[in-house]
Amino acid sequence: MGAYLIRRTVLLFVTVLGVSIIIFALMRVVPGNIADILFESSGYIDAVQKAKIEAELGLDKPLLQQYFGWIGGLMTGDFGYSYMSERPAISEILPRLPVTLKLAGLTLFFTIIFGIPLGVWSAVKQNGLIDNSLRVITLSALSLPSFWCGLLVLMFSVHVFGTIPIYSNEPRGPWHELALLSIPALVVGFRSSALIVRLTRSSMLEVLRQDYIRTARAKGAAENVINYHHALKNALLPIITLLGIEASHLIGGLVVIETVFNIPGLGRYLVEAIRWRDYPIVQNLVLFSAFAVVITNFIVDLLYAVIDPRIKYSD
Amino acid sequence: MTPPTSDTPLDAIIGKDEFAAAASADSFDAELAKAGAHVTSRWGMALFLAKRYPLGGVGLAIVVIFVLVAVLAPYITTHDPLATNPAISLAAPSAAHPMGADFMGRDLFSRVVYGARTSLAVAFGATILGVFFGVLIGLASGYLGGWVDLATQRIIDMLQSLPTLILAMAMAAALGPSLTNTIIAIAIPKLPSIARVIRASTLSLREMPFVEAARAMGMSEMRIAMRHILPNTLAPLIVLATAGLGTAILVEASLSFLGLGVPEPHPSWGRMLSESAAEYVRTAPWLVIFPGVAITFAVFGTNLLGDALRDLLDPRQRTSN
Repeated sequence: MGAYLIRRTVLLFVTVLGVSIIIFALMRVVPGNIADILFESSGYIDAVQKAKIEAELGLDKPLLQQYFGWIGGLMTGDFGYSYMSERPAISEILPRLPVTLKLAGLTLFFTIIFGIPLGVWSAVKQNGLIDNSLRVITLSALSLPSFWCGLLVLMFSVHVFGTIPIYSNEPRGPWHELALLSIPALVVGFRSSALIVRLTRSSMLEVLRQDYIRTARAKGAAENVINYHHALKNALLPIITLLGIEASHLIGGLVVIETVFNIPGLGRYLVEAIRWRDYPIVQNLVLFSAFAVVITNFIVDLLYAVIDPRIKYSD
Repeated sequence: MTPPTSDTPLDAIIGKDEFAAAASADSFDAELAKAGAHVTSRWGMALFLAKRYPLGGVGLAIVVIFVLVAVLAPYITTHDPLATNPAISLAAPSAAHPMGADFMGRDLFSRVVYGARTSLAVAFGATILGVFFGVLIGLASGYLGGWVDLATQRIIDMLQSLPTLILAMAMAAALGPSLTNTIIAIAIPKLPSIARVIRASTLSLREMPFVEAARAMGMSEMRIAMRHILPNTLAPLIVLATAGLGTAILVEASLSFLGLGVPEPHPSWGRMLSESAAEYVRTAPWLVIFPGVAITFAVFGTNLLGDALRDLLDPRQRTSN
């Protein structure tokens, strides 16, 4: 287990380092830089001004030096300066982190508490009315753009309650914040729980056909015990993996939903930073999202060993 | 037991190994015969499939409507989607403007119809681009093996750890706004999953006796890869590509909604929502409803079709037996 952990941790950092090269290449190798874009919008190019801006931002240095400057800075906790606010990037990113984490946690919570029971139900009632309606509902959920779903929720609340449940000013206490975050979390969770319902259903169907389920039934175990204790436990592995993969979709969903609901988190900030070509912020945030995905998958792999005793990471 | 990796469940959903078996025409015909279909003509086959997969038929119909609307846009619409008319700014739906008009007084119905063109161009463009390069990478990685495989797999791991939308956003921002760049930005995140599936089926196909036979006959490696391996990976490819169409439409809409997608003058459903979003939720709900319905409808159709194709091409997931 120890050797496995070390190897995985090393691999994790190698992956993140590789991602940083890809991100850096994307940002710099394409023609034009922030200075060009600034001048493009103003309609003329002032060569002296341009050189000055480039020097200020370090864009005149060789690419390798720029890259190692960025990575070296990250190692020592220096995230660079935001072009927009001219403040250290870290002091822009850190205050926005908690809201996004809370939103992500809530979304994950809704995904699981709706996705798994509904999936089990669907499998138990295979090809019945419930199963077929859930099939249509989940397919629609996967087709619904989350930002539009969010807009519909806003519209509904405007026309029914006369007010928008939006994060416009500081929430009054933790319960109010929970209520405000629950709505966007439900909107994003709708999609991911639909995915979980579908996978839980097919995974359960496979398990329910096994002999030991028949044995359990023969010895007179209650249906709920069979479904949740015997079957679900064994159907859980692919579901956990999908949750890991969903993490990546979830991050994309959060970016969009934070914009719709005006939530001051990292997602909305990333959109702003991209609009302003604030490369230090964009680079760090994109790398951070990759880091989050890699870490999630790492945790998922460790969870396997917890859930399935047959899996042992020994070498 | 070997520990599962992060790509296990997708394989479980997609069922990559079963594809190779299902792909051969013989086993498929045998399956059909077993299911009681006495298929003689192409139309008979279509009818049989439509009966067996009614939802897939609906999906196909939606996709066909979507394509027809895009192609016939000039004949369907009564107004120029770009022509502004201040007199009807934010007009509610009426007989002359069935979906109302936007802030600049452009007929929303015409814009939604022409939006199908943009959406279709991006979805098909990105899918074709992604499939082409994804297949190339997957085939090379699986067939050549060795360090090529190792290097490709690591790069794919890295690309896959970037969330689809974030990668597309970063690409779109780096490339600048244009229709072509949006297509490229959406195609890149597609590469890893396509390359992965193609590599997986190539790995199993490489060991098949028919490949050995081809090699024994003195066929060149290139010819074996292109003529014998590639056609056998078609089934998973079709499923992936169809499923990818819906994602591409969604990502385009999200990018445009965030202001990073297809620029003016192309009418884009996602951008229509961002222009109208916050304030028109109160004052002009039709501006929010219609483009969103169009996106959902198009994605729903491709999802239904993709689902039915998966059922059809992957016997393990079939619901009826």
